[in-house]
Amino acid sequence: MSEVLLKVENLKTYFYQASGVSKAVDGVSFSLNEGETMGIVGESGSGKSVTSSSIMRLLPARTGRIVDGTILFQDTDIRALNKKEILSFRGNDFAMIFQNPMTSLDPVFKVGRQMTEMILAHRKISKKEAWDIAVDALRQVGIPEPEKRMNAYPHELSGGMCQRVIIAMAVCSNPRLIIADEPTTALDVTVQAQVLELLRELQRKNGTSILLITHNLGVVWEMCDTVMVMYAGKTVEYAACRDLYANPLHPYTWGLLDSMPKLSSDSKKELAAIPGVPPDLRLTGTCCNFYNRCPYCTEQCKTSVPPLRELEPGHFVACHRQSDAERLERGGASDGK
Amino acid sequence: MLKIIIRRCIQMVPTLLVVVTLTFFLTRMLPGDPALAILGPEAEADEIELLRQEMGLDRSLPEQYVSYIADVCKGDFGTSYSYHQPVLSLIISRIPNTLLLTLTALIFSLILGVGAGVLAATRQNTVIDYLISVIALLGVSMPVFWLGLMLILQFSVEMNLLPVMGMGSMEKGLWDVISHMILPGFVLAVIPMGTFARTTRSSMIDVLGSDSIRCLRARGIRESRVIWIHGLKNALPPIVTVFGLQLAGTFAGAIVTEGIFSWPGMGTVINTAINNRDYSLIQGAVLFIAISFVFCNMLVDVCYMLLNPKVDFENGGH
Repeated sequence: MSEVLLKVENLKTYFYQASGVSKAVDGVSFSLNEGETMGIVGESGSGKSVTSSSIMRLLPARTGRIVDGTILFQDTDIRALNKKEILSFRGNDFAMIFQNPMTSLDPVFKVGRQMTEMILAHRKISKKEAWDIAVDALRQVGIPEPEKRMNAYPHELSGGMCQRVIIAMAVCSNPRLIIADEPTTALDVTVQAQVLELLRELQRKNGTSILLITHNLGVVWEMCDTVMVMYAGKTVEYAACRDLYANPLHPYTWGLLDSMPKLSSDSKKELAAIPGVPPDLRLTGTCCNFYNRCPYCTEQCKTSVPPLRELEPGHFVACHRQSDAERLERGGASDGK
Repeated sequence: MLKIIIRRCIQMVPTLLVVVTLTFFLTRMLPGDPALAILGPEAEADEIELLRQEMGLDRSLPEQYVSYIADVCKGDFGTSYSYHQPVLSLIISRIPNTLLLTLTALIFSLILGVGAGVLAATRQNTVIDYLISVIALLGVSMPVFWLGLMLILQFSVEMNLLPVMGMGSMEKGLWDVISHMILPGFVLAVIPMGTFARTTRSSMIDVLGSDSIRCLRARGIRESRVIWIHGLKNALPPIVTVFGLQLAGTFAGAIVTEGIFSWPGMGTVINTAINNRDYSLIQGAVLFIAISFVFCNMLVDVCYMLLNPKVDFENGGH
């Protein structure tokens, strides 16, 4: 087993708004080993992106705040870094790839200028050297005629091409962690596969760890070593990818897996969905967040927060009804779900 | 780029023709007779008639119009009878004074206004932001003539710190010119400053919330670079639009301000011209202001092209 690169424990990130305190991330724990890929899945608003922003310390300055927990990057406590120190981490040790490549580049500067700017922000080298590094990075990510693309404005490139440029930027600094926040959501299906393959290739070459945020369970299965399922700001299940698909334990994970349309299923049948809506994040924190949508809910679920327990080696789950004493069977709910 | 500028210049011609036509007929609609204005109320009727013939005022309006247009095309804007010199040379001699005042005021207001706007945007919803917004609102809504008179009253009459009127001269030293410029310059700068601050603030807030700015931060770019280089360049298009409008508007605004402070520029010339029914001077001055408006618009378009790579006028705009 390789070394732990990133360790997040009981992370809590709250947003302080006029309407109340929104607990966007409320107890998230995981660890990511060097050279591995971890997926974070969950529906919109479950806190996936806030988790990654917290690791990058990119929260909106006045409203968002990390209130508890630790983020350890090897031996560095990310929460304790001052503004200047965190800058040297961003874009250098961590690189981030965002959802929409078309809006991720500054539209009024040429690609080359943006790439060299980033390289020069972290390394004391000449502009010429930075330019060469950038051209080389563009070539590595498979962009044809990289010298010409350096002089292009972002709007002159396609979405897939922009995402390659952004990945090239990530490659320039040879980061140890790439956080990819839904890197393929805004792309064409055919381009999606290319981008994922590119990420995987870079990982093989450089030994980079990847934190992949997505709501596409297929992508997780393709790419990830471990998976964390999030719901309403909490880790509900965390396991090796293989274990999670073979033996999911949390009722929410069951719901997620059931919601995936399968090619083999009857096309006339209605798509499965989890009934109900996620809770208001300002009101969570006193019960299991999933109780109102869970067919296995008991009185205990409504009154206390389930702890994250390691039920099998490396397989964590936060459910009152999944413990050493009691085990739920998938599909065993009384309402016949 | 050059091609576009030339095309814009050609497009200016019809606009200016409309302006010339409108001013020609509007000045003719002013009550009062120029001949009477020149000769005074005691003049004899035949004297007035003679002068009218001399000035061509006895001819029909279309005749006057055609000969005026023909003269303008030859570069002859007529002679001002209130200043007793050719309109063109009078305007040319006065333009530098107006430009000195308006451009200084605009540049100061641009620097201060944009600076304040950026400051307000980066400190959104703090005391600084509220303070800047209130001051900017006050600046925009202050009547210029009232502000000018109040400032004269306070700083020149009461405190005796600054000159009441005039332009000063370099012969008495640089300070003489500067001290004469402070009050009119400030009065002229107040409205643009407020407008720049408000435009910059809202445009910057939009830009700073965008994905590309978040990505720059994620790449470890220093915050000062993120705001002043990337943020400001992205926020510039609306500021440039406002600048173009203000540039032309400040020329026009100088008419009032120069009047208050007796600044010897285009403004005082136009005031005198209107009071004396000096037709050719009014027409020439209005035409000049129109040219400056059209020219500012062209300048704004060119700036757009430089600022936003997506603007492509060759292929029909955006």
